[in-house]
Amino acid sequence: MKSILRLSVNGKPREDAVADNTLLIDYLRDALGLTGTKQGCDGGECGACTVLVDSRPRLACSTLAHSVAGSEIETIEGLSHAGNLSRLQRAFHEHLGTQCGFCTPGMIMAAEALLRSNPHPQRAQIKAALAGNLCRCTGYVKIIESVAAASATTELSA
Amino acid sequence: MNAPERKVVTLAPAGLPHGVGARLPFVDGIEKVTGTARYTADLPAGGALFGKILRSPYAHADLLEVDVSAALALPGVRAVITGDECDMPYGVIPIAQNEFPLARGRVRYIGDPVAAVAAIDEATADAALALIRLRVRELPAYFSAAAARQPDAVLLHDNKPGNIERAVHNEFGDTAAGFAAADLVREDNYECAEVHHAMMEPNAALATYDAERGHLTLWSVTQVPYYVHLTLARCLKMEAAHIRVIKPFIGGGFGHRTESLNFEVICAMLARAARGTVRLLQTREETFLSHRGRPESHIRMKLGMTADGRLTACEAEVVQRGGAYGGYGLVTILYSGALLNGLYDIPAVKYDGYRVYANTPACGAMRGHGTVNIRFAFESQLDVMAAELGLDPIEVRRRNLLKAPTDTINGLKVMSYGLPECLDWVEAASAWQARKGKLGKGRGLGMACSHFVSGSAKPVHWSGEPHAVIILKLDFDASVTILTGASDIGQGSSTIITQVVAEVLGIDYSRIRIIANDSAITPKDNGSYSSRVTFMVGNAAANAAENLKRILVAAAAKRLEVDEAEVVWLGEAACSVADPQRQIPFAEVTEEALVATGTLTIKGSFTCPAEFQGGKQRGGAVGSTMGFSYAAQAVEVSVDLDLGKVTVEKVWAAIDCGFAINPMSVEGQVQGAVWMGMGQAISEETVYENGHHMAANMLDYRVPTIVESPDIEVHIVESIDPNGPFGAKEASEGPLSGFMSALAAAVEDATGQRFRALPITAVRVFDALNQKTPAARPAASAEGAA
Repeated sequence: MKSILRLSVNGKPREDAVADNTLLIDYLRDALGLTGTKQGCDGGECGACTVLVDSRPRLACSTLAHSVAGSEIETIEGLSHAGNLSRLQRAFHEHLGTQCGFCTPGMIMAAEALLRSNPHPQRAQIKAALAGNLCRCTGYVKIIESVAAASATTELSA
Repeated sequence: MNAPERKVVTLAPAGLPHGVGARLPFVDGIEKVTGTARYTADLPAGGALFGKILRSPYAHADLLEVDVSAALALPGVRAVITGDECDMPYGVIPIAQNEFPLARGRVRYIGDPVAAVAAIDEATADAALALIRLRVRELPAYFSAAAARQPDAVLLHDNKPGNIERAVHNEFGDTAAGFAAADLVREDNYECAEVHHAMMEPNAALATYDAERGHLTLWSVTQVPYYVHLTLARCLKMEAAHIRVIKPFIGGGFGHRTESLNFEVICAMLARAARGTVRLLQTREETFLSHRGRPESHIRMKLGMTADGRLTACEAEVVQRGGAYGGYGLVTILYSGALLNGLYDIPAVKYDGYRVYANTPACGAMRGHGTVNIRFAFESQLDVMAAELGLDPIEVRRRNLLKAPTDTINGLKVMSYGLPECLDWVEAASAWQARKGKLGKGRGLGMACSHFVSGSAKPVHWSGEPHAVIILKLDFDASVTILTGASDIGQGSSTIITQVVAEVLGIDYSRIRIIANDSAITPKDNGSYSSRVTFMVGNAAANAAENLKRILVAAAAKRLEVDEAEVVWLGEAACSVADPQRQIPFAEVTEEALVATGTLTIKGSFTCPAEFQGGKQRGGAVGSTMGFSYAAQAVEVSVDLDLGKVTVEKVWAAIDCGFAINPMSVEGQVQGAVWMGMGQAISEETVYENGHHMAANMLDYRVPTIVESPDIEVHIVESIDPNGPFGAKEASEGPLSGFMSALAAAVEDATGQRFRALPITAVRVFDALNQKTPAARPAASAEGAA
């Protein structure tokens, strides 16, 4: 059964008829065409679908769309402003925090949540914040360097 | 349906350093960080049908009947296909094709595709699958190589007695004499669990069939669109000219996507049967079942060594559980033997390899194809014997180095060899001499070496064509478009090709675009496997750019009214030696160059000469290459002596990649390779219980998370290969295979226990520290069930 879902996606208020069992990831990808949010597993294993719900990281593949009614949803597509890359997007690009790029949107959103609550994280805090996001290309070394660069933390310690 | 946008990349930031040697961000990186990069599952396809595959619940059975009548009658179902749809077997090796997109007559593993449907939505597709009835006669199933090799075992494939897909026997040099001359001979057994690529993007395909024209277009996640194109033509019995294959952005490969895979062909067959467009998304579980990973391997390794550490002979036997179908198997088992050579100077090498069929998903190519498990055994054995003789592990390797250029005893050519410098750096960076054996209980250091080919000098589909072709288009707008068939799978091949072209032409990156992987537009390429792209496609790109530059210099000479020899090429401009002040900008040079011909399309190509294509022995082409990469690494671990948990604290990895066209990318490749080796060393393994995959998800299949991943410090050694583009060789596969034995050595340093079975899990370490057998394998995968 469908009912009206009211929420905000990347700063735009929305009002859509959405089936009660629709997952947030399917709402974003299929209804809104926001395909930057990726499905990398069969549910809650890889973190590729991480989006922000009221500034907190959330797995869109394991979240019913209606359960976040009234919230502010942010996806990778909402991070750039006026065509410019966000600080994390730029850092991941320039420091090669992305190789194949499939984990990247989820990784950047998880890192974004971290930097909003902790602008100058230590290495261990970066690792803890990204513990639910798998990457198969980088060995994570340049991902940590990218987050550190974006956070303007000059010196990383354990 | 409108064709989704091709991947067109514009290089924006001016002022970045030019050409090769620069730490250039990836040319397609902005799309990746902004979420605008479209992967196969992201492609817009309004009205596409939903494809789904019915998979065998039986590990081994004769398929007597597949009744799809009820599924066909279900409203909303547009097509149901079975093995009747395709009677042409396919497979990546032309002489070993024994797989059908949908099973015919026999299913050979749990997950073998049996039927497929295209329906208006997912729920209807699911309902249709549930209505398909299978009638089978179950057969004995074998889940280990040993069980499948039993004398009375039922054959998986009728033409392969003993279920042996391929046996390899060769000897180079005189191993008997070598062992007789040795002061120490040691033989030990090693075991490696099966591992899987687990690239982050699940498999997906989109196919559209134009029934009016009889044309098919397929978008897929392939590393080798050319193979997929050939496979579609074969299996669908279509003219290759009526097929178009496009590779969008893809989320990694690591070898999983080198072979054409059944889901791609099934998607195309469904689109034709439904006379429309079908999207086929694979779950993570199905992606695991497509497999093609590194096989479970049992290795007997025997080495002979003199008292001062010189190797005198090597004898190795390898048994690989290849799974249900041939795939790449015969190449894997040949690689294991061939690349015993090329790393050290060994006077005699004997190799016996057995690739065995079993009722598990088929293995195939995985990063370091065929060379990884045997390298674990070899380097481990080297360490054990060095210790017995009181020699330092680094020193024993130094005593067995090659001197380039040289030919190996099995006919491979080593043209450049930076391994000595790699060893020197690893020794210094890890403070090896001060710290090895001195870190106290629970902490240890280990090291190892490894190597890999920069592309196979003789591709499996040998057609006599050049190994790589690049096309450059220069047009009225003074832009250069690179057309390439090389698949960027995240390794950065489009970036490397662009850097090579920018370097030769000297023009600004903002003028250059690269378009890759659309068979209707881009030239054929042999694809992204065996680390061939930098070396082969890089050389073709340099050749194309030089060909274009010659035309541009001639045009500049005409405009400047001087001889070509008088032209000074400045990239963005040209001038004469006599008058450097009068500069003709690139746009004007282009204008002149187009006067006689209009739009210029310039080709470049690269061919590996015959002398590089391997020894004359059967299978001698496998392992042949124009340039081997070399790597050495040191690994530091801590071990929880109560719980057995191994933590990798730090890795120092040195790579001889010839020349780093993009040092940042080389670092990323080395870090990724070393780390993937770490996963295999400490946590990753597929597990089958009576043929059921018990770890077909990203939780049970334990890919390391960021929390357990160490810092990996990379050092680049530039040996400047005589044949590589600007001296470059591969950097992505070689560094992987040294990790496992380096870790095993570090764990021994920390605990006194030598582990000869992978992965070295906390359970294994705990058992060993508590006097239980360290090498015990889980019963389920070692036993055959009948």
